Amino acid sequence: MRVGVVTFPGSLDDQDARRAIQVAGGEPVALWHGDHDLKAVDAVVLPGGFSYGDYLRAGAIARFSPVMTEVIAAAEGGLPVLGICNGFQVLCESHLLPGALVRNDHRKFVCRDQGLRIERTDTAWTSGYTAAQEVTIVLKNGEGGYVADELTLDRLEGEGRVVARYLDVNPNGSLRDIAGISNERGNVVGLMPHPEHAVEALTGSGTDGLPFFTSVLTEVVGG
Amino acid sequence: MARVVVDVMLKPEILDPQGKAVHGALDRIGLPGVVDVRQGKRFEIEIEGEVDDARIAEVAESLLSNPVIEDYTVRVDD
Repeated sequence: MRVGVVTFPGSLDDQDARRAIQVAGGEPVALWHGDHDLKAVDAVVLPGGFSYGDYLRAGAIARFSPVMTEVIAAAEGGLPVLGICNGFQVLCESHLLPGALVRNDHRKFVCRDQGLRIERTDTAWTSGYTAAQEVTIVLKNGEGGYVADELTLDRLEGEGRVVARYLDVNPNGSLRDIAGISNERGNVVGLMPHPEHAVEALTGSGTDGLPFFTSVLTEVVGG
Repeated sequence: MARVVVDVMLKPEILDPQGKAVHGALDRIGLPGVVDVRQGKRFEIEIEGEVDDARIAEVAESLLSNPVIEDYTVRVDD
C-alpha cells in the first residue's frame, strides 16, 4: 500500500511520517509541494511543521501549492487524507475540514504527552482503535486552538465527526476540547497531536499513534 | 498605479493572545486607561492598470484573510 507524504518548504515531520507508515507496514512515498502529481498513492499524509514559515496564517499559503490542488480533488473523490498539526491547519484552510486553528490561548508553545479519547472509529484513519479508547500521543503546537462557530460545532458533534478529544488537560484552548475532526465521509481527518511520533517504543511515549497508520492500510486493502 | 490597502482583523469573538500580550506590555510601560488591544494585519498591494474590485474581494477572502476567524476591509488609494 502506497501512502504519500507531502513535503512543503518548512515541513518538519515528513520524515517521521514516512517512517511511521513503514513501521505500520505500508510503503511511504515522498510527494513534493511543487508537483501536480500524487504518484498514484492510495492515501496522503500532510505532515506537521511550519509550511511556508507559517507566513500569513498557518497553512494559508500551502493551500495554494500545486500538490494541494491534486490533494483537494482526490480527497473530494474519497482518497484518505490525514493532516497532522500543520497538516490539520492546511486542511482547514483548504476547506476540506470546517473551522480554523488559532494561537494557543495561553500564548505559549506547548509540548507534552497528551491524553486523548478516540471518539470516532469509523474513519479511514481510526478504525484500528476501539470506541472511546483512551490513548497518549505527543502534542506540540503554537497555534493549535480549534475554533468554529457554535452552529458548526453542534453539527460536528451531532454528526459524530469529533474524532479525538483532549483528556484531563485542554492544552491550547480548543473549543469543546476538540483534538481532531473528520469530514462527513470520514476519509479526511485532521489531528493536532502527532501520532507519527508515537509508533516505536525506542523513542518514548509509547506506540499509541500506530493505529492511525495501520487503520488506513486496512481501509485501503478492505476498500 | 493604484494602491489597494487590505486590513485584516480577527473577529471580535476570536481570542487574540498577541493583542493581550501587547496590552500587558502597554500596562507595564505605563500607558494609562488601555481597555483592550487587538492586533491585525495590513496589506498594501501596488497594482498597475485597472483595479478589479471583485477580484480583489476574492483574494481578500481566499488568501489574505480566513473568513472563519477574520474580517477584512478594502480601500483603494489612486
